[in-house]
Amino acid sequence: MMPKEFIARRVAREFKNNDIINLGIGLPTLAVNYIPPEVTVLVQAEHGFIGMGAKPQAGQEDWNLVDAGGRPTTIIPGGAFFDSSVSFAMIRGGHIDKTVLGALQVDRQGNLANWMIPGKLVPGMGGAMDLVVGAKKVIIAMEHTAKDGQPKILNTCTLPLTACQEVDLIITNMAVIEVTKEGLLLKETAPGLSVEDVQRATEAELIISPELKVMEI
Amino acid sequence: MKVNKVKTAAEAIREIRDNCSIMIGGFMGCGSPKGLVEEVVKSGAQNLLVISNDTDFEGVGVGKLVASGQIKKLIASHIGTNPQTGRKMTAGELEVELNPQGTLAERIRAGGAGLGGVLTPTGLGTVIEQGKPKVSVEDKTYLLETPLKADVALIKAYKGDTWGNLIFRGSARNFNPVMATAADYVIAEVEECVEAGAIHPEEVMLPGIFIDAVVVQGGAEE
Repeated sequence: MMPKEFIARRVAREFKNNDIINLGIGLPTLAVNYIPPEVTVLVQAEHGFIGMGAKPQAGQEDWNLVDAGGRPTTIIPGGAFFDSSVSFAMIRGGHIDKTVLGALQVDRQGNLANWMIPGKLVPGMGGAMDLVVGAKKVIIAMEHTAKDGQPKILNTCTLPLTACQEVDLIITNMAVIEVTKEGLLLKETAPGLSVEDVQRATEAELIISPELKVMEI
Repeated sequence: MKVNKVKTAAEAIREIRDNCSIMIGGFMGCGSPKGLVEEVVKSGAQNLLVISNDTDFEGVGVGKLVASGQIKKLIASHIGTNPQTGRKMTAGELEVELNPQGTLAERIRAGGAGLGGVLTPTGLGTVIEQGKPKVSVEDKTYLLETPLKADVALIKAYKGDTWGNLIFRGSARNFNPVMATAADYVIAEVEECVEAGAIHPEEVMLPGIFIDAVVVQGGAEE
């Protein structure tokens, strides 16, 4: 299984019945494919609707109904449309249960950097800064290390921040880590990996949970 | 009332001159007034300040104004889907001010609603807070974000009447209604225009009071 699929499957297990969730573009969006059938969630799209459905069949695309990446999507029965101002009242006002976003870096204090690399890549923050500040629970879904093997879970983020101390949970291909007041709590390790394996790939020191278990997907 | 706001795109766009500020609705091309943007390109107006959530894709929608070099400064939340915007920014050909998307929406709402700004927690502890006053209310800290207004707004609706009452469709609503409140002259591109009275008052999503010109164009497209 590819790391992205593994991470998306583990993220999907965080969703509870009737959760209202907002998912970032890319890996976080994959998680909807693995939500157990007995769990119903409502997916909010920040540009203006709640109740995002599956991708439309070829030939059935409606260009007045797109996802946050600008690609055609659908809306489920009971969904609703609204404008950007109302959408961010939902997001900033604490009406979204969980948001799942990717990250360039996360640190010990739950600081997040995911919107720019100075001099290299400046896509902009889009809705991420509001989502991270406003959602009740912020879940980061990402590969544990950068492509060159460098740690992404650090003592202190070095890239420009998206928000301060807002991250609650980090889910990677190697581990599940909770951000606590005491530091980063290692709660689960991927099958076949030791605590030492995870620590070696992590700059920040991990606190080992007494209930440490193997990640289940 | 015998008001008829229907105009051709060329007539309506005469309001846009060099150095104008323009709000342009849409989210990655969805709900983007593509016909009106084409007219702005044709008009050749220069040194524009454009306020738009994003710059669409390369050579599409607002992306055409990036390509034509008519924009001096852009205020947006995301430019990642149009690499040309990033290239021009890096080369110093285009000034870009990035705002969090919710902050952008609320700054525009404040401009349109006659408010002196908004207090938001978004951006605290990030580069976004640079140069902005912090205000404490009931033990919480917020950034003061100033209102945004523009000379002209270009918006897209599905259906309108001759008085400018509008109905939007799907996720194409996005920034369009709020931008219509915050500009001196507002042009609505619609797919279909009916006589005033043909849209039931309960179904009007944006009252025509905010609209100065209605331009009939084709449907949504990729």
